[in-house]
Amino acid sequence: MKAKQSALTEGIINSLIKLAGYSSIVFVLLILIFLAREGLPALNDVPLKDLFGSRWYPIEHYFGILPLISGSLLVTVGAILIAIPLGIGTAVFLSEFSPVWLRNLLKPIIEILAGLPSVVLGFLGIQIVAPFFRRFFDLPTGLTAFTGAVLLALISLPTIVSIAEDALNTVPPAYRQGALALGATNWQTAWGVTVPAARSGLLTALMLGIGRSIGETMAVMMVTGNAPVLPSGLNALFMPARTMTATIASEMGEVATGSPHYHVLFFIGIILFLISLVVNLTASSLTLRSRKRAERLLS
Amino acid sequence: MNLIEHSRRMKQVEVLGINLLRLITLITAVPVIGIIIFILIRGLPAISWEFLSQMPRDGMRAGGIFPAIIGTVYLTLGTAIFSVPLGVAAGIYLAEYASDNTATRLIRIAIINLAGIPSVVYGLFGLGLFVLFLRLGTSILAASLTLSIMTLPVIISTTEEALRSVPNAFRVVSTSLGGTRWQTTWRITLPQAMPGVITGIILGLERAAGETAPILFTGAAFFLPRLPASPMDATMALPYHIFVISTSVPGMPLEIQYGTVLVLLVFVLGMNLLATLIRNRARARRQW
Repeated sequence: MKAKQSALTEGIINSLIKLAGYSSIVFVLLILIFLAREGLPALNDVPLKDLFGSRWYPIEHYFGILPLISGSLLVTVGAILIAIPLGIGTAVFLSEFSPVWLRNLLKPIIEILAGLPSVVLGFLGIQIVAPFFRRFFDLPTGLTAFTGAVLLALISLPTIVSIAEDALNTVPPAYRQGALALGATNWQTAWGVTVPAARSGLLTALMLGIGRSIGETMAVMMVTGNAPVLPSGLNALFMPARTMTATIASEMGEVATGSPHYHVLFFIGIILFLISLVVNLTASSLTLRSRKRAERLLS
Repeated sequence: MNLIEHSRRMKQVEVLGINLLRLITLITAVPVIGIIIFILIRGLPAISWEFLSQMPRDGMRAGGIFPAIIGTVYLTLGTAIFSVPLGVAAGIYLAEYASDNTATRLIRIAIINLAGIPSVVYGLFGLGLFVLFLRLGTSILAASLTLSIMTLPVIISTTEEALRSVPNAFRVVSTSLGGTRWQTTWRITLPQAMPGVITGIILGLERAAGETAPILFTGAAFFLPRLPASPMDATMALPYHIFVISTSVPGMPLEIQYGTVLVLLVFVLGMNLLATLIRNRARARRQW
């Protein structure tokens, strides 16, 4: 009798656990459904040509999202250009050259950076970084795409460093020993053997860094000056810009539910969702491929 | 050719290169330390018992930030209520139950995607599903639900990892003594993996506590004269409060701004420190 009852309880518990296991799929689908439900009507409200137009001025019903997409791209590209040398360089130093005590000291510090809320970095951007750049570059305002890019680089650095370092650490020691035995210096071994062997992991780090940058909201909204203009040249980096994320965050609070403006903001959400989907799937397939390759090589 | 000269050249390149990497690492690490010290110095003068325990006055330009602190506590606890049982159960499923098939691979892809979705998109989703469709309104409940879905991937992955690191011998012995899969998990594997699970939970909640974008349209309030009385009320929260006082309130005293940032930083980094301590202690004690 007792055994029967506990078998029943166990059956219930097991199904609950299974249900929880599948919940992630349900949530991704729910997110997709609700973004589509509120966002796709935008295609009805605004002609496609205008939606991908170059003027964002919602009060007069201009819903061209091109300036917002290009704003996001501008800031993200800037951030990645700053973060690649810093992130990969730090990862190579920590995994290949750093003494153990220094690595044990630096890794938690970089982890702390990952834990800093983006609103805190945005606040420091307003207080410190923007005024500094305004004076340094002699600009009318420090709230520019460049300031946003610098903060985004800082935000994506921990992601890049920790994933790149993991990738370098998984390179089998035999690779390094082989190179050293052939007379290569540590430096040549690091850049000629270890880094190329870890390249798909490094690419993953890069992809996830890009993902973090493009999706970051608060810090960017606070320091980029929020001007939805189409960048015209390289100097656009030193002018105010406006990203997709910042537009949603700053305008959603003021729109009427169900209005064209509301639908378009959700439509931008769909675009962001799709970008993050592509970025993350690419990143995870890269890691998977490299793991298979390593297994093949070492078997 | 002069082999000695070549090798000397290579040595020079190496020394130069390593020094360059040292510099790069320094550039990466120094801002973090700088930020924390700077906020400590600028924020400490604002901290007093009144600042922590009183309501804001004069359009938030004076008085305390108590409602923002208590709001962040509510939101963090609310997030924990939903995300901890669900996330830990999902982690258990992946580590102890799931077989390596297409469905499991789909789950993993879903988790990777959840982890990558921008926080403001979670805000939109929360607005669409919880606030409007389920008619929860802008409330602590809606914001907590939104934050908990955002926190799930962290909790699931760390739980799974912690369970997987428990040696298989534990499971084999338990099963051979007649333990079912659930008994083995609940009495043997999960307790062994507990420190790792708790560390993951804290790190997930830390992220939820510091987030602004997901609560912007789901539960955060610009200013409230009273404390929230139920989960159906909107609430002030530290991250959103920082955003408000640094961008939308003219004539805001800098001291209060830095003080509020310091309080959030202590809150978030305190959780981080706690997670690290639990992890290190468990590592030192572990017998396998």
